[in-house]
Amino acid sequence: MPMEAQDIEALIRETFPDAVITITDLAGDGNHWAAEVIDASFKGLNRVQQQRAVFAALKGAMDGPNAPLHALALTTKAPE
Amino acid sequence: MQAPEGAERTNRMSALDQIQNDIGTNDVVLYMKGTKEMPRCGFSSRVAGVLNFMGVDYKDIDVLADADIRQGIKDFSEWPTIPQLYVKGEFVGGCDIVTEMTLSGELDKLFEDKGIAFDKAKAEQIRAANA
Repeated sequence: MPMEAQDIEALIRETFPDAVITITDLAGDGNHWAAEVIDASFKGLNRVQQQRAVFAALKGAMDGPNAPLHALALTTKAPE
Repeated sequence: MQAPEGAERTNRMSALDQIQNDIGTNDVVLYMKGTKEMPRCGFSSRVAGVLNFMGVDYKDIDVLADADIRQGIKDFSEWPTIPQLYVKGEFVGGCDIVTEMTLSGELDKLFEDKGIAFDKAKAEQIRAANA
């Protein structure tokens, strides 16, 4: 069962309640998503550390061959 | 002890030991779906294509050929997706990060800092084509 944009955003928001989160359906198929997450906690972290934190927030939704979240292109940054 | 190129993993060596060994004994390692000659996923293909084009000498590890490595590298890197690029034992990132670093010139700088040979003119060519 693929995930909807609001499901993805809700999972990320559990960990990053104050983040600016933008979810985009890349292919229009409800299966290939892009997420931009802008959060103050990213300050001082490199991209790998920032994106690891977002993947952790998704709690295994991307793990395994039957993962509900098939593809997610992540962009992360700290607010300007 | 160094495992010979393409050696079958012995029972004594766990997937994590294998990963430690591979990233410790090769300067640049790409965990990917398929091989550098025949990638089997668009994301893997993009990163392998950049490294091929830039003339980087790297070891490609096909995670589709080994389920233990496929899961093991995700656990090891704390990163849920393939491809994954390692340089001098350090995790650099997946497809999005490597693409971004290629276009910004950060990948060149990383290779220069780590003493990895690559064709700078080819890197510039990629940037010119995507400007």
